This record gives sequence, structure tokens and C-alpha cells, in this order.
Amino acid sequence: MTTVVIVDDHSLFRAGVRAELDGLVDVIGDAATVEDAVKCVVELEPDVVLLDVHMPGGGGLEVLRQVAEKRPAQRFLALSVSDAPEDVIAIIRAGARGYVTKTISGEELADAVRRISDGDAVFSPRLAGFVLDAFAAGAAPVEVDEELEQLTTREREVLRHIARGYLYKEIAARLNISTKTVEAHVSAVLRKLQLSSRHELSRWAVQRRLVD
Amino acid sequence: MSSAAPLAVRRDPQHGYLGGVCAGFAARVGIDPLLIRIGFIAAVALGGVAIPLYAIAWVLIPSDSPERPAFQRLLTRQDTWLVAAGMGCLTAAGLLLLRTWDVWFVNDRFLWPLVIAATGGALIWRQSQTAPERVAQRARLPRQTVNRATAGAALVVGGALIFLYANDALAPARDVVVPVLVILVAVAIILAPWWIRLVRGLADERAARIRSQERAEVAAHLHDSVLQTLALVQKRADDPREVAALARRQERELRAWLNNSRPSGEETLASALEAAAAEVEGDHHVPIEVVTVGDRPLDDRSAALVAAAREALVNASKFAGPEPISLYVEATEERVEVFVRDRGPGFDVEEVPTDRRGVRDSIVGRMERHGGHATVHSTPGYGTEVELVIE
Repeated sequence: MTTVVIVDDHSLFRAGVRAELDGLVDVIGDAATVEDAVKCVVELEPDVVLLDVHMPGGGGLEVLRQVAEKRPAQRFLALSVSDAPEDVIAIIRAGARGYVTKTISGEELADAVRRISDGDAVFSPRLAGFVLDAFAAGAAPVEVDEELEQLTTREREVLRHIARGYLYKEIAARLNISTKTVEAHVSAVLRKLQLSSRHELSRWAVQRRLVD
Repeated sequence: MSSAAPLAVRRDPQHGYLGGVCAGFAARVGIDPLLIRIGFIAAVALGGVAIPLYAIAWVLIPSDSPERPAFQRLLTRQDTWLVAAGMGCLTAAGLLLLRTWDVWFVNDRFLWPLVIAATGGALIWRQSQTAPERVAQRARLPRQTVNRATAGAALVVGGALIFLYANDALAPARDVVVPVLVILVAVAIILAPWWIRLVRGLADERAARIRSQERAEVAAHLHDSVLQTLALVQKRADDPREVAALARRQERELRAWLNNSRPSGEETLASALEAAAAEVEGDHHVPIEVVTVGDRPLDDRSAALVAAAREALVNASKFAGPEPISLYVEATEERVEVFVRDRGPGFDVEEVPTDRRGVRDSIVGRMERHGGHATVHSTPGYGTEVELVIE
């Protein structure tokens, strides 16, 4: 079973997630502070870390940064009540492979954890909307790596379906491709989101007061 | 006389030759103005004191009828500088004329300072006497107004100083002014620290006041919304559906308040759709996930789109069951697409039951009337999606 560590400063919420994930994935530990989280993750080496974005002492971003030094391959799924674009984009660019809000059901969360553990990316409808907004069709980019700076038509189509509330397998059926191909598209978008220096993206971030 | 109130003296420009001062006095006293005028001319001939007296009377005594056209034009002309220069020239001309007549008080020591002072005075007076509607116009050019008034004041003071200097009145003044200046500088040096501290203190106090105002605003908002909702949640604890709806509505409101991304009052397509979704959610207790990409101002056509989307959301809420409804909006300059998707039972679009026909028509018909179109996609077992497009 997939092993998970929960990092959140609210004990009530940690307990709730533990109960919801019980039997679906294996929760092997939890932590309430940045310091504990880093120690716990490095020690237990879970498949996936469920990471709260807002925590005292630097928040999820700080945990990501410190763990990455010791365990670069660690996979994170950000889990937060915030759906402000700056929080979402910042945590994804810092290395999280997905972002879901805390209102997600236990079953969907377990599904997302398994997908992250397999190396895929998990985009909630809202995150898909943010990415589409950030990569909105505009002036052709002039940066060096053209491939990174734009979404392909197919990637855009997949994201639009996620934003419209379709599950991966429904998207696959609608677009006549396999679920694996849908996941490959989403992973490609995640890579672009993390590595892109796209002018549009930075302008978009500035508009939303995002300091990168 | 029945009334004890004295009749005020009013100038009467309509019946006068210059400013109507004589005519006004004549009317007040009740004699022929010609008598007053003869007396005035006699006074001028006897020493000229009557001329400045007349000028002062002209300025101070209010008029009971419009000024004569020539003076009216002079008072309301736009080019203040020209008027001031003209006033200076007029004064110079009048005084030179008086000098050639050897009137007692006019000599060179007196003439030029008076000309300069008259020009400055004209500038200041023009500034303060402008007609109300002009003042409103001028209000947009405060810098210019201030400049003119300053220039006028400088001219008047300069004129006065030259007059004093020319009459050797400044020599004793110099002995007074230097010590006064020295004392002023000393006092300024002594008081400067207090003054600076006072100014800084005011700034600090202002910042503190703004902070406490903000805190009060946050507290007021939390009181109105969050605490209110929590109280309601405790009361309705036995009705999970109601509690979930309350929590969701509060969450939506708090998020909107925290993000505060759109200035209030300016309604856009995205904010209108979010508001419609919140309303439908409140009425039907089915969660609606709103995702917006891009935005644009709300016009007639996009307002129709919002109305159609609202219709589609209501419809979806009735058939969707407990699963959330997705509302996706993508707006660009030339195209707006809206998708309303539910995870309900779905139906065969070809065999539309008659009772759903009306709703569909209201959506499809509304979109077509506004130059857009609406399509309903549905497969039994896979939910329904309504697609609304305007281009």
C-alpha cells in the first residue's frame, strides 16, 4: 500500500485525514511543524507527503525546500484551504506534483495520492483553470526554450476538460486516447509550469502580486 | 419714515457716468445727482483727494445693478495678466496726468511704486472677484491661480517697499528688521526639534489610527459573517444538509472578501457568474465548483449569457444529486464559453421529455436571441453538460 506522511499544523485536520484515508493508503506518520516534518519525512521515507501550504515557520514551501536538499526524489501533494493563485502556483513551482483543496473527499484524495506515487501529476479543476489563465494564448514567446513556453493544443484540451470537472478516464474516452496519455499530458503541463520562464507567466504572476 | 432701518448706500452704475458712486449717494440723500457731481469735481479741483476717495467708494460700496458694460468686461475678462497690465497703465496715465496738473500729492517718488502696487492689486482682485462658474473652472488649475496671487502680492509689497525706500522711510526700519530676523532664526532653531517631533507624532498617530480602523473593519466583518454563521451552524446542528450549505456559503463569502481581487461596484462576467452560482447554491443546496479563465466587462450579451448559465445551473441542481456541479468559464476578447456540467443520471438528447423542453428552450432561445448558441450534451449514466457560447 502507498505510504503517506501528513504535514499540517491543525491536529483536528490531521486526525480527520487519517480517518478518511484509513484502509485506502497507509498513513505512517504526521507532523505539525516545519522542523518535525523535515525530520519525519527524511526518517520514514514515505511514497507521498501530504503537505499543508500555510504553516507557521515558512509553511509548505519551507518543508519542500529543506526536504529537497536531503531527499530530492520525495513526492509531495499540496493540500490546502487556500485556493489563491499565488499559493497554488508557488507551491507547484517549488516542486509539488499536485494541488488539491481540503474539501476533497477521502476517496478522491486516496486516488490522488496513488497517482502522485506513480509519478503522475494531480490537477484539481481550479489549478487547471489557473494554468490555462497563466498560459493564456497571447503574443508568441521569444524565450530560448520555445517548447517550455506554450501548451500544445492537446494539453490545453486536456486541461480544459479537467477544469470542466471531468475525471481522467472520462477525458480519455472523450478525446479517444488512453488514460495513460491523459496523465502524460498533465505531467508535461506540470513540467512546463515548473520550468517555464514564460513572459506571460511572470506577467500574470505580477498581476496577482506573486513574488517568485 | 415708517421703517427705522437706515437705507444702505448702493452704487447705481445704470444712472452714473463711471461707477455710479455719485448717483448712488444722490439716491440715498434724495437730491439730483448733478449736485453731488458738481461737488465732486470741485473737490478734485481743490486738491485731488476726491479721486482716491471715489476709487475706494467704488470698490467698497456694493452695486444694486449690473456694472456698466465696459467695467463688466474688465472684471470678467479671462486674461488676468492683460487686465493687470492694463490697470497698471491706467494708473500710470492717470497719475502722470495729475502730475502735469501739479496736483499736490503726485511726484516721482510716489508715482512708480503706486503703478506697481496697482498692477499687483489688480492681479489679486481679479483672482478673488472671478465669477463663480469661472472659479469652478479655475479650481482645476490651482497652481496657476496661486502663482497669480503670489505674483500680485509680490508686486504690491514690492511697490510698498520701493515707496518707503524712495521716501527714506526704510533707514530706521533696517535697524529694526535685522535684530528681528536674527531673533526669528534663533527661535526657529530652538523650536525646530519640537516641530519635527510634532509632525512625526502626527504621522505615527495617523498610522496607528489606520491600523486600528482596519482591525475594527476586520472585526466587524467577522462578526457580521463568520460568527453569525457559526451561531446558525450550532442551532441547525441536527440538519447536516443545512449546515453544509451554511458552511459553504460562508466559505465562499470569506474567500471573496480575503481575495478582494475585483474592485466592488465594477461587475465583470466572472464575478456575475460567481454570484449567480452562489445564489443557486444557496437555493438548491448542491455545491457548485466555479473555475474561471480570463474575464471581461459585463455587457448586454454577456448578461444574457449569465442568465442562461443561471438557468442551466438551476436545472442541473434539480437533477444532479449530491455530486458537485462544475461551472467553467473561458473568456477572451472575441469569445466566451461557459460549460455547466452535472454528474446526474443524464438522458438521451434525442428523446427529450416534454417537461424539460421548456427549460431547454429558455436557455437555447435566450442564447440565440443574443447571437450566441447553446448545446446540450448528455449520455445516460454520464451526466449532462450544457455548453453556452457567444462570439
